[in-house]
Amino acid sequence: MALVQIDNVSKIYQTGEMQVKALQDVTLSIDEASFVTFVGPSGSGKTTMLNLIGCLDKPTKGKVFVDKKQVDAFDRRQRAAFRGSALGFIFQAFNLFPVLTTYENVEYPLVMIKNESASERNGMVSKVLESVGMLNQKDKFPDQLSGGQKQRVAVARALVTQPKLVLADEPTANLDKKSAVNVIRLMRSMRDEFRTTFIFSTHDPGVMEEAEVVHTLEDGRLVRKK
Amino acid sequence: MIRIFKIALRNLMRYKRRTLLTSLLITLGLLMVILFSGLAGSFREMMIGQITDSNLAQMQIHKKGYVSSMDTSPLNLTINQKGYKTLEKMLTENPDVEAYAPRIKLGAMLSNFTETTNVRLNAIDPDKEIKVCPDVSERMKFSGSEVPDILLRPGEIIIPEKLAAGLKIKIGGSVVLVANNKDGSVNGLNFTVVGIIESILGPQGKEGYMHIKDAQSLLRMEKPEVIEIALRIKKFDKLGDVYTDLVSALAEFKNKKGKPGFEIHTWEKLSPFSNIAKMIDIMTVSMKIIMIAIVLISILNVMMMSVYERVREIGTMSAIGTAPGRIMGLFLAEGLSLGLISTLAGNIIGILGIYILNIYKIRYSFGRMDNLLLSPTISFSELVWVSATVLLVSIFATLQPAYKASRMEPVDALGHV
Ligand SMILES: Nc1ncnc2c1ncn2[C@@H]1O[C@H](COP(=O)(O)OP(=O)(O)O)[C@@H](O)[C@H]1O
Ligand SMILES: [Mg+2]
Repeated sequence: MALVQIDNVSKIYQTGEMQVKALQDVTLSIDEASFVTFVGPSGSGKTTMLNLIGCLDKPTKGKVFVDKKQVDAFDRRQRAAFRGSALGFIFQAFNLFPVLTTYENVEYPLVMIKNESASERNGMVSKVLESVGMLNQKDKFPDQLSGGQKQRVAVARALVTQPKLVLADEPTANLDKKSAVNVIRLMRSMRDEFRTTFIFSTHDPGVMEEAEVVHTLEDGRLVRKK
Repeated sequence: MIRIFKIALRNLMRYKRRTLLTSLLITLGLLMVILFSGLAGSFREMMIGQITDSNLAQMQIHKKGYVSSMDTSPLNLTINQKGYKTLEKMLTENPDVEAYAPRIKLGAMLSNFTETTNVRLNAIDPDKEIKVCPDVSERMKFSGSEVPDILLRPGEIIIPEKLAAGLKIKIGGSVVLVANNKDGSVNGLNFTVVGIIESILGPQGKEGYMHIKDAQSLLRMEKPEVIEIALRIKKFDKLGDVYTDLVSALAEFKNKKGKPGFEIHTWEKLSPFSNIAKMIDIMTVSMKIIMIAIVLISILNVMMMSVYERVREIGTMSAIGTAPGRIMGLFLAEGLSLGLISTLAGNIIGILGIYILNIYKIRYSFGRMDNLLLSPTISFSELVWVSATVLLVSIFATLQPAYKASRMEPVDALGHV
């Protein structure tokens, strides 16, 4: 079985009288250690897709398997636990904790989610910060970093728990062209180093090129795979 | 755990002005309670001390019915020699009673040979009285600067200062007392004024003092009788218990008709100050309620704002897998820290304030009493109680916002701008 398996999934949002079909009968699979992107115009269902794989939301119809577990059947608490143990997240607006330093932001999942011991934490945090090239900025607070630097820290935070899969919804949308490509390349080298699967979404053609597998969405339907 | 408080403190420091204002408000509330209980408590103690140690005594035993007609100082409701002996026996055998003293209360005419006026007198046995009211001489002035070894000998009288001024009587002067006894026959005796007494609060506050033997002969008592027996007990904080014991002990003594022959009252029933003391207690409780309201409202307000401002952060915490209980813990720690900082500040300033008030020895007057020393105190247990209340209320006020944060759906919270 592939790392991610989507079977006949639909997601329908009901807002008052209006029904929005954000995803319609999507079936796909994503292999372990692959570097995958979802592309498509705004409103095509990229965020919805990543939310379903990331156990942040449940499908209206169909099944979602991640790491051999049927995650659409999880309850709230199970989803939170699964996200903490098997997944990593990178956000468009970086979403670093402003009161924590670079080091503390990366350490956060180990302390607050995984309850790792201090000695183990230190080794892991330093290692990922080294890998993303941010160890020399470890005592800075997020507002002292550039956008590209913030996203590097966010990549480190997503990787520090050694997850199977990292999800990144439009990770480069708030970055200039050069930093955008750099962050995507960093993600790919991290995939090479840690064999972590990366799934991200984008509508930037320059960023798309960096991916190995491209799924194209249009109006909630999967129209192409390359 | 330490980590959670570190994050909480940093989050509080993000909104410095708001945190400062809120903790200032809570500090003030706490300070208000500490200073008020310190001041009111010391005033209350001091007043009760004055009343019980220099004048009324802690408890009084009378013939049944005396207290309800006390205003007229009735001379027919006396405790006779036999009754006094049995009461004396009962009181000496009671291990809680420290001392007792017989008294006669009477009204008389006092004359300086040219003018005459009414006076109320407290006739005492000086040796016994000083054991029951150790501060009885505190408000008295004598010819020398020192209190004489024997407060009062037969033939001597101590008169209220107003009366002394009105009749222009000086220490060493002589006066005549004229009194009716219970049968209506009149008698007069000469006395030397040996002291003058300042007034204090309450009807008992304007009494003169004379020797109990003189009162017995002035009233032509064939066998010595007394009007009241004043009591002092070993532990004042056990007053209620000892009172209950004595009430049941006294119930044994029946008169000829089979009804209880004696009655006993504590100072609270005998002095109007007990109402003031109750008022002070009510005010202290009100202050505490106001403080609780201040803490509750200000912390609830700040924490609700905190949660609202940090929706996206909460969404991030939740998305990356932070358990709802942890998120709740983070916010609870924040509310508790806010309460804790304010409590520490309030305690430090409060203790300092009381200390300074004690250094400067501020004096005040109350009623006819001047030059009372304001010496506020607050007990350690009171401080602990007040502080614990603030901390508990802080947690309570944070519960709702923290719970709300922990229940947020990450998808909704992340979409929030
Ligand atoms: N919470 C929601 N409630 C209602 N409609 C939604 C909600 N989230 C997304 N949609 C709708 O679902 C469709 C897909 O949205 P989304 O997955 O965010 O697309 P993308 O990320 O590709 O821009 C859009 O039409 C959007 O308006
Ligand atoms: Mg989107």
